[in-house]
Amino acid sequence: MIPAFLSIHLPMTLTPVFGLIFPTLSYIILGLLALMSLLYVLSFLMRKRPPVKKDLKDVIVLKKGYDIPIKGAPAGDVQDVKVTRFAIQPKNFRYIFPIPKLTVAVGDQVQAGDVLFFDRDRPDIKFVSPVSGTVEEILRGAKRSISEVVIRADETQHYRALDVVPETAERARLVAFLAEAGVWPMINQRPYDVIPDFDKVPRDIFISTFDTAPLAPDGAKLVEGREAAFQKGLDILARLTSGSVHLGLDGRKDIHPAFANAKGVKKHYFSGFHPAGNVGIHIHHIAPIRGGEDVVWTLGVQEVITIGTLFTEGKFDATRIVAIGGNREASPRYVRTFQGAHIGELLGYSPAHDVRVISGDVLTGERKTEDEFLNYFDDQISVIDEGDYYEMFGWLLPSRKVPTVSYTYKEGLFPSGKPMDIDANTHGEKRAFVMTGEYERMLPMDLFPQHLMKAILVADYERMEALGIHELSEEDIALCEFACTSKQPLQQILRQGLSEMMSE
Amino acid sequence: MGLVDFFKKLEPDKKKRPLLHTLYDGFFTFLFVPNHRAGQASHVHDHVDLKRTMIMVVLALVPLYLFGMYNVGHQHYLALGQYSDPTEAVGAKLLYGALRVLPMYIVAMVVGLGIEFYFASKKGHAIEEGYLVTGALIPLIMPPTVPLWILAVAVALAVIFGKEAFGGTGMNVVNIALLARVIVFFAYPQTISGDAVWVAGVDGYSGATPLALATQGWDQVTQKFSTEQMWWGLIPGSVGETCKPLILLGALFLLLTRIASWRIMLGGLLGLVFMGLLFNAWGATAFMRVPWYYHLYMGSFLFAIAFMATDPVTAASTNRGKWIYGFLVGLFGLLIRVFNPAYPEGWMLAILLMNVFAPLIDYTVLQANMKKRLKRA
Repeated sequence: MIPAFLSIHLPMTLTPVFGLIFPTLSYIILGLLALMSLLYVLSFLMRKRPPVKKDLKDVIVLKKGYDIPIKGAPAGDVQDVKVTRFAIQPKNFRYIFPIPKLTVAVGDQVQAGDVLFFDRDRPDIKFVSPVSGTVEEILRGAKRSISEVVIRADETQHYRALDVVPETAERARLVAFLAEAGVWPMINQRPYDVIPDFDKVPRDIFISTFDTAPLAPDGAKLVEGREAAFQKGLDILARLTSGSVHLGLDGRKDIHPAFANAKGVKKHYFSGFHPAGNVGIHIHHIAPIRGGEDVVWTLGVQEVITIGTLFTEGKFDATRIVAIGGNREASPRYVRTFQGAHIGELLGYSPAHDVRVISGDVLTGERKTEDEFLNYFDDQISVIDEGDYYEMFGWLLPSRKVPTVSYTYKEGLFPSGKPMDIDANTHGEKRAFVMTGEYERMLPMDLFPQHLMKAILVADYERMEALGIHELSEEDIALCEFACTSKQPLQQILRQGLSEMMSE
Repeated sequence: MGLVDFFKKLEPDKKKRPLLHTLYDGFFTFLFVPNHRAGQASHVHDHVDLKRTMIMVVLALVPLYLFGMYNVGHQHYLALGQYSDPTEAVGAKLLYGALRVLPMYIVAMVVGLGIEFYFASKKGHAIEEGYLVTGALIPLIMPPTVPLWILAVAVALAVIFGKEAFGGTGMNVVNIALLARVIVFFAYPQTISGDAVWVAGVDGYSGATPLALATQGWDQVTQKFSTEQMWWGLIPGSVGETCKPLILLGALFLLLTRIASWRIMLGGLLGLVFMGLLFNAWGATAFMRVPWYYHLYMGSFLFAIAFMATDPVTAASTNRGKWIYGFLVGLFGLLIRVFNPAYPEGWMLAILLMNVFAPLIDYTVLQANMKKRLKRA
C-alpha cells in the first residue's frame, strides 16, 4: 500500500541534522513545559484580589466576579442640566396591569407629586409626577398599553401639598401615607422584584450604598448634600419592617460619612468585584431569602432620600443624580435632574447612529433612543459602541484589546485593568450550554447558576426553588451572561423562571 | 469590508437549499465573527465564544499529531529493522506516518462533520463547533492500523446515536470520541487489541506494548523498553497517546486557559495513585506489583485524563462533583487495567462509565446544596 520509493536512502543524508535537532527539540519541549507550569502558577498568584480598607473589621470579601474595565467612567462635580421633558413609564414596573387607570389628561397642569395614574389591580398604588408642569403626551404601546406619560416641566418647581403623618404614627398609617405620596413603587420587594404588597410586612430591608456595575455612579455623589434626608429615610424604613434595615457598605475604600455613620441600621461591609455591590449578593450573605413567601424589601440610595425628603421637607422630591459615561461619551459626568428625564436633553446632543445609548448599566440596562426617557429606577446612562461589524477571524485574533474574563486571552490571564472600548456585538453566536466553569467564577453566591438555568428551561419548579431562584434577580447573573461562552440569554431565562414561579 | 460583501453575495438561499446554506454559514462564521448584537440586556458580551474554546483544544492536540505521525513511521521502520535510531530517516518516517494518520483524520472529519452538517440543516440551526475537537481526538486514540471503513462506521454510529439522538452538541451523555473507540473495540476487537495492531504496515509483526508486557511484571517491560523511551513516546501504541511530554504540554495549556478542569485532572491522578498504592500493598499478581508511578509511563492515562475526562459536556459539572468524578476515573481505570486480562487498558471504559454516572454525582452534590437551602426555609 505504501510506495516502495519511501524506503530509499535519501533521507539518510539528513541524519546528522536531525541528530542535532532532536536533542534540542527535546530541551525546547521540556523548557516549554517549565514555562507553562510557571505561567500557570503565576496566573493564580497574580490574580487580582479585592482591596480591603485598612483597620476595617468583619469585611465580607467576595473573590468572585469581575469589574469590566470600560473607558469613560463618570467623574467631576455634579452639574445642573436643563431638561424640560420627563416621563413615568408603566412598563418599568413588573406585573402591574398593563393599562393603568389614568387620572390626568393631555394638557392638565400637575405639581410634583400629583398622581398621574394608578394600578387597576391595586388602586392604592399611585404613580406620581416627578416634576410640576403640563401633561404633554400620553404615549401608547402594543395593545393600547400606556408606555409613557410625558410631562413638560415648569421653569420653577411646585410641589403638591402633603398631609405628612408624624413618623411615630403606627405602621398602617405610614404605609397609607407612602402610597398616597407616590413613593410606594420606589420600594422593591424580593423575591420577584415587584412593587410591595400592602399586607406583607417585610422580614428585613436591604439597602446597598455602593454600585459596582460598570460606569455606575459613586454612592458619595448621590448622598452629598442630602445626608439628613437619607438618615430620615432610614428611620422611616426601620418602622416598616419587623426585622432590621441592613446597609451594605463598600469595604474597599473610604466612604461617605452619611453611610459610615448611619444610625438605626445594621451595617455590613463588603469588598469585591462586581456584583459585590448588588443588594442580592448582600442579602445572600447577610440573611438569605428562604422562599417565595419570605419577603424582603430593597431600595436604592436615591429612593431612600426621596422617602426621607417627604418627612424632612414635606414634599415629593424626585431629584436624581445621574451618571453619564461610556467609551462613546465625550465628557463622562454627573448631572442633577429628576426621575424619568428625557435622554436626548440629558445628553445634550444626538448620538451618532453607530452608538448605543442605554438607560442603566451595560449589563442590565435598556436600550433607548434619544427621544426616550430614563427608566424609573435608573441613575446612569451608558453610551457605548453599537458594534455592527464583521470581525475577520475575530474569534481567534481580536483586532484590539478587549475586556474579557476568558483565560484564553492575555487580558484574561493577566488583567491589566486598563479601561477599554466596548461594544454591543455579541462576539459569537448562541450555542448549547458548554460551560467551563465561568458562571461559577462570576457569581459570589453558594448557588449553581448553570443547573438553575437548566431547571428553568425544563420548568422543574421544585428544583428551581431548591436551587435558589428566589435569591436571584437579573442583575445578579448579568455578569454570568457577559462571560457566557455560549451566549445564552441568562437574564431572560431567569425572568421566565421567576414569572413561572410567581404564577405557580 | 469588501471581503464581507463578496462572501455575502455568495450566500445561498436558506429555504431552497438548507444543506448548502448550513455549509456556507459554517464557513462564513469561521471566517468572520458575525455582526450579531445584543437586543436587550446584557448589552456587552465577552469576546470568547465556543469556536475559540474548541480551537484552543485542537491547538493543544496539534503537537500530538505531529509526533504521532513521526512515531507511526518510526515504529514501522523499526519493525522492518531499518533506521532504528530515532534521528535516522525522519523525513521518511514523517511521510509514512502522515500517509497513515491523515487519512484517518480526513475520514473522521468528513464522516462526522457531514453528519453534523446534515442534522444542523435539518434543524435549521447553525453548526456547533464541538465536533472539531471530537474529530481531532478520534484518530489520536486509534491504533495506526485501523481500517478506514471501520473508522468511518464507528464515527457515524457514535455521532448519530451518541450525539444527534440526544440533541446535538452539549446534550450528549458520553464522550463521542470514546464512544467511537468503544464501538470499534466491541464490534471489531481484533483491530484494536492484541499485539499485532500497534505497528503499521508490517504484516505478521507482533509488537507488544508496554502494557501487554506489564502483565508479567515491570521487569518484562524494561527488558524491551527503557523508561526514557516510554517518556518520549517512541513505543508502539495508539497514534497520539505515547509522547508524555507533549501530552503534559497540551494538558498544561488547557489548564492555563481554564478550558479543562484542574479538579478532574488532579482528582484522576489521586485516584490512580490511591489504587496503585493499594495494588502495590496487595501484590497478588505481577501486574499488581508494578510500582504505581510506572503506570504513568505506560498506556494512555495522561492522554485520557487530560483530553477525555475533562470534556465539559460529559464530565461532572459541579466543582465538588469534578473531584469525585476525576478520582473515580483514576481508580476504576487502573482497576480495569490491572484486572482485565483480555484488554490491558482501562481509561476508555472507566471514563465512559463515569460519564454515565456524572449526572448522579452532580445530583448528590446539588442535593446537599438544596438541603441546606430547604433547611433555612
